[in-house]
Order: sequence, then C-alpha cells, then structure tokens
Amino acid sequence: MGKRVLLIEDEPNIIEAISFILSRDGWTVHTHEDGLTAMDKLRSLPPDLVILDVMLPGRSGFDILRDLRSSETTKNIPVMMLTARGQDKDRDMAARLGATHFMTKPFSNAEVRDLVRNLIEA
Amino acid sequence: MLTFNLLVAVALVYVAGLFVVAFLAERQAASGHARWLKSPLIYTLSLSIYCTAWTFYGAVGYAARSGLEFVTIYLGPTLVMIGWWAMLRRLVRVGREQRITSIADLISSRFGKSTQLGVIVTLICLVAGTPYVALQLQSVTLSFAIFAQDAGTVWQAGDLNAAAGWVAFGLAVFTVLFGTRNLDANERHHGIVMAIAVEAVVKLVALVAVGVFVVWGIGGGPSTIMQSIEASPIELWDQSGGRWATLIFLSAAAFICLPRMFQVLVVENADERHLRVASWAFPLYLLLMSLFVVPIAVVGLDLLPAGSNPDLFVLTLPLSQGREGLAMLSFLGGFSSATSMVIVATIAMATMVSNNIIVPIWLHRFKQPSAVFSGDVREVILLSRRISIACVLALGFIYYRVSGGGTSLAAIGLVSFAGVVQILPVMLGGLFWRGATRIGAGLGLSIGLTVWLWTLFLPSFGAGAIIPTAVLENGPFGLGWLRPQALFGIEGIDPLIHCVMWSMLLNSLFFVSGSLLSFPLPLERLQGAQFVNVLDRGTSASPWTVADAGAEDLLVMVQRILGSDEAQAIFQKEAERQGKTGYLPEVTTQFIEQLEKRLSGSVGAATAHAMIGQMTGGSGVRVEDLIAVADEAAQILEYSNRLEAKSAEQERTARALRQANEKLKALSIQKDAFLSQISHELRTPMTSIRSFSEILGDTDVAADARERYAQIIQDEAVRLTRLLDDLLDLAVLENGQVTLNKQSGIMRDLIDRAVQASGAQSGDLAVLREPLAEEVPITTDLDRLVQVFINLIANARKYCDRPEPKLRIVVSERDFAYHIDFVDNGSGISPQNQQVIFEKFSRITDQGKAGGAGLGLAICREIMHRLGGDVSYLPGQYGTAFRVVVPKT
Repeated sequence: MGKRVLLIEDEPNIIEAISFILSRDGWTVHTHEDGLTAMDKLRSLPPDLVILDVMLPGRSGFDILRDLRSSETTKNIPVMMLTARGQDKDRDMAARLGATHFMTKPFSNAEVRDLVRNLIEA
Repeated sequence: MLTFNLLVAVALVYVAGLFVVAFLAERQAASGHARWLKSPLIYTLSLSIYCTAWTFYGAVGYAARSGLEFVTIYLGPTLVMIGWWAMLRRLVRVGREQRITSIADLISSRFGKSTQLGVIVTLICLVAGTPYVALQLQSVTLSFAIFAQDAGTVWQAGDLNAAAGWVAFGLAVFTVLFGTRNLDANERHHGIVMAIAVEAVVKLVALVAVGVFVVWGIGGGPSTIMQSIEASPIELWDQSGGRWATLIFLSAAAFICLPRMFQVLVVENADERHLRVASWAFPLYLLLMSLFVVPIAVVGLDLLPAGSNPDLFVLTLPLSQGREGLAMLSFLGGFSSATSMVIVATIAMATMVSNNIIVPIWLHRFKQPSAVFSGDVREVILLSRRISIACVLALGFIYYRVSGGGTSLAAIGLVSFAGVVQILPVMLGGLFWRGATRIGAGLGLSIGLTVWLWTLFLPSFGAGAIIPTAVLENGPFGLGWLRPQALFGIEGIDPLIHCVMWSMLLNSLFFVSGSLLSFPLPLERLQGAQFVNVLDRGTSASPWTVADAGAEDLLVMVQRILGSDEAQAIFQKEAERQGKTGYLPEVTTQFIEQLEKRLSGSVGAATAHAMIGQMTGGSGVRVEDLIAVADEAAQILEYSNRLEAKSAEQERTARALRQANEKLKALSIQKDAFLSQISHELRTPMTSIRSFSEILGDTDVAADARERYAQIIQDEAVRLTRLLDDLLDLAVLENGQVTLNKQSGIMRDLIDRAVQASGAQSGDLAVLREPLAEEVPITTDLDRLVQVFINLIANARKYCDRPEPKLRIVVSERDFAYHIDFVDNGSGISPQNQQVIFEKFSRITDQGKAGGAGLGLAICREIMHRLGGDVSYLPGQYGTAFRVVVPKT
C-alpha cells in the first residue's frame, strides 16, 4: 500500500485528474472538498503528504495551512500548495506559513508526479 | 546835518551787528551752551515782530488820523495773550507734537495731511502777506527818503524804487543766510530769534526814547501834554463801536493767524512754559510801545507843517528839533521793526511755499518716496526754500511798485489782517471740534479767500485799478447784490467791517456745514482726536532726554516682545559692555537705538519707534507713527490671512489627494482582486484541460475513461469560452460602448424566448406565468432584455434548492415602466448577500454546481442600467426573487 496523499480541492475535474495521476504512480489518494472540515480530516487521517488548494469553499487554504503547522500531529507533514491565482503575494504567503512547495495551475502531470515523489521520499 | 551816507553806513553796521548776534547765537546753540537763548524773555521779545514798521511808524499816523482807534491793534493780541493763553498752549502743544513747521502745515496736518488745504492756506498767506512785506519795504524806503530830504535831496520815484529794491535784496540775503542754514524745522532758528530779540529791544528803546523826548523835551511834561491832547482834534474822533469790535477781533485773530506770528509763537517755541511769562510780558511790551503814540501824534500835528505825513512823525519830530542822534535811533527802531518782520515773515512763507507747493510738485515729478533723508533731496529742499525766500521778497517788491506806495500804512496792514484771519475758523475748528472735516475746511477757506479778495483786497488798489468802476458801482454782469462793497445789497458799511463780517460769516458757515455734511477720512479722524485732545496727554512738554526712560521699564517692555531670556541677555551684555554689574545698563542713546533695531525686527520699524518713543517719554506718538503701526499690523494681518488661506487651500488639496489616493488604492485593490479572480476562473478549466489531455496522450488509459476525459475537456473548453464571452460583454457594457438596438415587441414573446433559451422547458424547473398580464407592448433593446431574462431563469434553474423547483414570472404595469418579477420557491438569499450577488465573480454557493464565473448578475445589472431600468433583489417573497424594472419605451 502506497503512502497516503490527502488532496484538499473543490474542483471535481481537478480532483479527478490529480487522483488519476497519483494513483497510477502508486500513491493512495484521499480527497476532501470542504475547507471548514479539512482540519478534522487531516487529524483523523494524518497523511504523508497534503496537496492543498488556496481557494476553498468555507475556509482559505492558507488558514488551513496555519492550523496544520501549529498542530502537533500535523506540523511535520509536507504540504504542496495549489493555486489558480498565481500571484507573487500568494507564493510569499505560502512560504511564510510553512508550505513545502507551491504550484500554480495549470500544471503538467509529470510535474505533479515528480514533486510528490520527491516530497514523500525526502 | 546827518549825511545820507552816514545813515546808510549806520544801517549797514547795524545789520552787520545783527549778523554777528545771529551768528554767535547759532554757534552757542550748536555747542549746546545756550540755555539763556531758550529763556522766556527771548521768546517774549521774539513775539514783538507783531510790532512791525506799521506799528512803529503807522500807529502814530493812525492816531493822528483816527484817534484812539490804533489802540485796537494792541488790544487784540493783549486779550489773546492774557485771556486766551490756554488756547495758545494748545496750539503750541499741537505744534510740538505734530512737528508743525508752518500754519499751512498745521491746517493740512489737522485735516489728514491734505495737500490741497496746505496749498490754499499758503495762497492766503502769500496774497495777504505780500502787501505787508511791501509795507515794510515802503516804510524803510520812506525813512531813507526822509533823511535824504533832511540832507537836502528830494527823492524822486526812481530813487525810492531803487532804495526799495536794495532793501529787498539785502533782506533776501540776510534771510537766506540765517533762515536756511538748517533744514529740519525742528531745529529752530536760534540766530534769527536772537537777532529779532535784539531788534525788539532796539525798537522799544527807540520809540520810548522818542516818546520821552517828545513829552519831556518838547511837550513840557505830562500835564502839558494832557492838555494838548484834550485840545487836539484826536479828542473829537467819534469812535464807532462796530469798527472797534471789528479791529480788536482782527488784530486778535491776526496775532495767531499771521504766518510770522505762528512761526515765533509755535514753531520757534522751545518750551511751552514760556507762554506763561509771555502772557504778561508781551502785553507789557505792547503797552510800552503804545504809551507814547498819542503824545507823539499830538505834538507832531502841533509842531510840524500841515500836510506832513503823520506816519513818519517818529522820524520827522526829532529831525525837526535837530536831534539827529535820536532821529538815527528812531530810524534804527523803524528799520528793526521792518527787517525783523520781513525776515520772519519771509522764512515762514518760504517754508510754506516750499513745503506745500514746490516740494510736493518736485516729489511728484521725480517719484521719490520718503526722500527727506537722502542727500540730494536735502539740497533740493534747501534750494527751493532759498528760491521761495527770494520770490516772496520779489513779490513784496513788485506789489510795492504796483501799488505805488500810495496807500497809508495802516490801511495796507488792515487789508492783510482781514486776509489772514480767513484761516481762523478752520484753525479754531481744527483745534476744538473733532467733527471738522477736510471738505468743510476747504470750502470755508476758499469762500473766505474769495470774499476777502472781492470785497477788500481788489478794491484796495483803488476804483478802476483792478476792478472796473462800473463793477464796483453796479456789480459784475449787472448783478447788484454782488457789488464788492455792498454784498447782498447791504450798503453803507465801512468796507473793512463789510469784508470781515461777510467773509467770516460765509467762511464759518461753509466750514461748519461742509464739515457736518461730509465724513472725515480715517487719518482725519485720528488727527482730529490728536489735535482736540492734545492737552489730555501728560503735562510736560519740556524737551525729552533719553535718561527719562528707566532701564527697568525698557527691560519690561523688551521682555514682553522678545521674551525674557533674550531681553535679559541683551541688557546684561550692554551692562557688561558698560562695565556694570547686574542686568541693568545705563540707558544711552546708542543703547536705545540698538533696542529699537532689535524690536523693529520683531514688531516692525514704526511700532518699535512708537514704543521706544513712548518709553523714552515726552515725544508722544505721532499720528504718522500710529498710521505706520496700523499699516504694519494690516500687512501682518493680510500676510497671516494669506497664509491661512494658503494653508486652508493646502489642506483642501491634501484632502483631495488623500481621497484620490484612497480611491486609487481601492481601485487598485479591486483591480488586483479582479485580476486574481479572472486568473482563477481561467486557470481552473485550463488545468483540467491540460491535465486530461496529457492523460489522453498516455497509452495505458481505458477506452471508457478516455471517452469520459474527452467529455471533461470539451465541457471545460465551453466553460472557458462562456467566461470569455461574459468578460467581453461586461467590458463593453461597462465602457458604455454598447449600441442599443431599440425595437418594439410584446412582453409575452420576450419571456417565451427567454424560457426556451434557458432550457427551463427541459422539465427541471416549472415556470408559472400569467399570459394576460404579459400581453403588453414594449420598446427597448429586446435582445438585451431577453438576455437578462435568460440569466435570471438560468439562475433559478441552477440555484433553486427545492426538489420541485418552481419559478413564477409576474409582469405588472406601472405608469412608465413594467415590473417583471422572477420568484422561485427556493430558500432565498440572506440579507447580507442580497447586494453582493450583483458584484463580479460573486458566488455564494458552491461554484462547481453553478458552472458560471459569477458574472451573470453583474452583466444583468449593467444591461438594465443601459436600458434605463434596473434589476434588484426583491426581499420578502418566500424564495429567491428578482425584479426587473424596464421603461415602457
């Protein structure tokens, strides 16, 4: 059983695409769509990697990241932030809040696959 | 036999002696050792220029012709000196405080520095004074002629004229030499005053000597003289009360109005306390001068051949008795009377002409403001005074030549008196009445001058000389009431009384009514207060010294302005410099000047000067100072007003800039948010498209998955296209570039089209309509309106959260518009979101379900605004409700 990746994202098509790519590469992909309940999901299932969208319904990805980094059980999990806004200030914000990596949509599948491999195996 | 040459030699030696006296006095005054020069005695003696050759010679002639009437000439000044010296004190105080240089200056200064008034007064003085100067020339010339006659030569007219010319020239030289040595009118003419005092003594001694000789030498003692007087025709003279009163009034008024009297009374006054001595000493002098007039006249009439000129009895009596030494003394007395009067009168008139006529013209021409202290202007003023002196004497000489020296001395004197007293109403009004104005003064003076010229001065040349006899008898242009000697038809009065009565009456009338009917300028008001209240401030008018100012008082004042630290530093430094301990230095002139400079840096030069003047005492604050202070204050006020206005303007600008900045910031934030929204809306579908197309490129994808992924790619591409369409639509609408295509149609058709296009007929949304209400015509851009309807119906389809969604469309008609309500049976929109939904990219529900970019309602609102209507959320409908308002046409 491959390591667990938690994908927190609200766009169904993107969920499907990333799930497909990572499953094929051998990872177990869990998905969650709602920002408000994302932390509960994270605590109940500490994953090996979190892929976190910035614009989520209910709660922003940055807020979730802040909580995640300050919670004992989750603070060491590598986090890859996803954003469609692609602005520098989002990148800075992500870095300040302790994101491991930051990726702008649209991305290439190979890029996602390689990054996930690196982050989990590092 | 006294040779004529000896007489001339004596006269020249006498004049040379006066030169020496004047010169020494000037030197003494300059070295500051001349306290005695400023004694009340000298002041009193200098007043004696009132007694001119007219008094010296003419009084006897007057007495011989008109009896005791001559006494009025002495009574007037006596009454003024004794009875009204308080008025004189006021005059002297004003003169001192306002630095008055002449009577013209006084009047002009009182009425707000009016140049015109100064010119009018100068003209009056000049016209009235010139005959008087001529009179003196005549008397000196006649006395020379007497001696020439005594020596055996009878002078012809040519000789007389030549003598008069030489006398005028000599007097001009003397006056120029001693009258224009100093420029500043404040520095008095010590030399001249001294010379006048000497001459006053000479003429008194001479007249008394002649009188004593006549009474005891010829007349045989007082008792015999009394008998002769009673026997003489002088007794028979009927004294007219009107004439007496008029003459006393004239001489009293002339005493204060004559330019030369003003000069010695006010300008040359060194100390106002001298008036107290003069108030009894000068009447005493007049008494002595008049004591022997009647005896000389009576004895002269007795002893001398009939037809001899009584005006010259003072000379001819001693000569007829062979008393040549006494005659010489008498000649010197008359000479003194004439010269002293001419010198002072000339100085006074020259100052007026120069200050009130020449210098203003010069300054006006060369536009040199406040030039008094620059060197070349000083030269100009001196030159103008010298020329004025020459001109005044030349005028006197010309008058002498024109009048032919025929009129009796006393008559000329009275004509002059009547002229200068025209100044009296304005002068007294100026001193006592604050309501007196420039206009009133100008009117009074002009009318007075005109009446005097018309009724007395011009006729005095004799009938037909200047005024034709016909005019004299019938009035100008046949206007009888304007006859010079019978104004308004009142005939039979003595011409002098006639003139004085009418001129004073009309003068005062116009002065008072002109003043009452006009408003004074601010400067006039100030000057009026200064003049009228001059005695209210302080009593001391003694010359001030810097020592009057206490160092402590100065320190207090300076502290108030400069602050205590700085003020104490200045005083301490000065004290150290002077080698004193402590804070308080000796108050020296230099220190005062230094302080004034320091203060003027803070409060302005005029204010500083006024303050220091106030502190050092005595000088008072001149009105010019006050005006300058007011000017400075006004400037400062204006400056601060400008600053205030500027800072207010700056504040406004700053506020506008701040607002603009905030607006720009807000716009910038909006733009960032908008861009970031668009970025998100575009990248999201593109992410799916890219990702799935890569997956499709891989070989190991199952066929059914392949088909599914292709469908996703297609959906997302459609979504992208729709987004781009919406964006473009919105951009066009917002820029106002949209062109409306107005058409007429029926509302029902439009709603039909919208329901069809929105796909509501597919069955997932029940649309409830009221066909009858929809049967209304509408003229608008039908396609755009349908676009709005489609959007609203599609929204209901997308967002209505009921299992059996229903949409009710209700059309209602208003006066000028239709209301089309779209109400579904969903759960509605919370109040806080009812406005948000019309903003771009606002989506309050899960966006995946919505499938739009959140631009729909924003576009709808834009469209409706373009169509002149609106779309808004309609609360309180148990569901989501929108109301479209559209104008009927």
